Amino acid sequence: MARIIGGVGTSHVPALGAASDHNKHDEPYWKPLFDGLGPARKWIEKAKPDVVILVFNDHASAFSVELINTFVLGVADDYQPADEGYGPRPVPLVVGNAAFSSHIAESLVMDEFDIAIANEMDVDHGLTVPLTVMYDKPEQWPCQVIPLCVNVIKYPQPTGNRCFNIGKAIRKAVESYPQDLRVVIFGTGGMSHQLQGERAGFVNSEFDHMFMDGLIEDPARLTKIGHTEYLRDAGSEGIELIMWLIMRGALSDDIEEVYRFYHVPVSNSAYGLIVFDEKSEV
Amino acid sequence: MGLNDDYEDIPGTYVFNGRRCREGYHLNKFCKSLDVEANREAFRSDASAYMDQFPMTDHQRKTIEERDWLGMLKVGGNIYYTFKIAIFDRLSMQHVGGEMSGITVDEFRQMMLDGGRMPKNNTSKAENAKNG
Repeated sequence: MARIIGGVGTSHVPALGAASDHNKHDEPYWKPLFDGLGPARKWIEKAKPDVVILVFNDHASAFSVELINTFVLGVADDYQPADEGYGPRPVPLVVGNAAFSSHIAESLVMDEFDIAIANEMDVDHGLTVPLTVMYDKPEQWPCQVIPLCVNVIKYPQPTGNRCFNIGKAIRKAVESYPQDLRVVIFGTGGMSHQLQGERAGFVNSEFDHMFMDGLIEDPARLTKIGHTEYLRDAGSEGIELIMWLIMRGALSDDIEEVYRFYHVPVSNSAYGLIVFDEKSEV
Repeated sequence: MGLNDDYEDIPGTYVFNGRRCREGYHLNKFCKSLDVEANREAFRSDASAYMDQFPMTDHQRKTIEERDWLGMLKVGGNIYYTFKIAIFDRLSMQHVGGEMSGITVDEFRQMMLDGGRMPKNNTSKAENAKNG
């Protein structure tokens, strides 16, 4: 049976991907950040997931305003890195697992989570930066990836509670798949940041620490945070943190925090990284 | 009116709700079209003729022509879409962030290095008004 062995929360700031692509690891601005990723990279090297379920959002790359879907699950064999105006990132092709994806899609819909299904989807920095965060710069990504794309741009975004619950449904879907696969789920985006308006550059470290603490101490409380609270206290783009709740929902109650790292700034954002082990899998 | 619009109390923030999404529909589609090199080329060689393909209001066109980043948000632009014009201009998000908030890009960068724009006086128009 497939099983979830751990979870990762990470921001997906595009500048981090660009810094990696242009080998800026040792520049004074970037060194503290890349040093901070080290322990998480060691963890995943040891955990060796076969499959990563990667919860992310598209930034007007694959999707546009014509049709706005709340949840889109990729079911393709592979996903091309998107051209976001600078040419596609020089990162490996993202290889999927169509059979496992289709199983998850079926299980979610039967469980009344009516996701949209993507047979083709280019993936932008929202998906490829988290892979860079965890795997650095390999020739090929060492895992298959199942992308789950969430609308966090157009209000109203799904509620945190809905996200938490689809996470639970994902766990159920994974555990009903007969093949022996080790799965890690990534929740990405955040932490507090705002790109738009006169309030651009907004950062709220207190909120970010409260959120990371809550993931381990009291996730149920986090599911009650409403839209206005996210928009106000985490910033208009910080509402991406609802995607971390999908990751948390897919984990059991018996988890251990393995690593946490927080750093301000990365470009216009606060950066956060957290790693959880399922204790039963350690 | 949405079910809830208490987020309108957040200062300096243009939540991309249904109303703004409708108002900015063609502006955002124009921005999205710049993903394609042939379209960028057409926009570069004759901006006015290229924009004619998108039924935007005169005011929306003007915000684009003047690279009025804040103005674009006020007429329904979404930052992920309008930023495509900045990419076309080879400008960074910090440049755009500085212009939207009335500071230079260097001041913006320094503000981020100092920990970002802090929550104090930046979370509620009503509270700011009360505190004068």
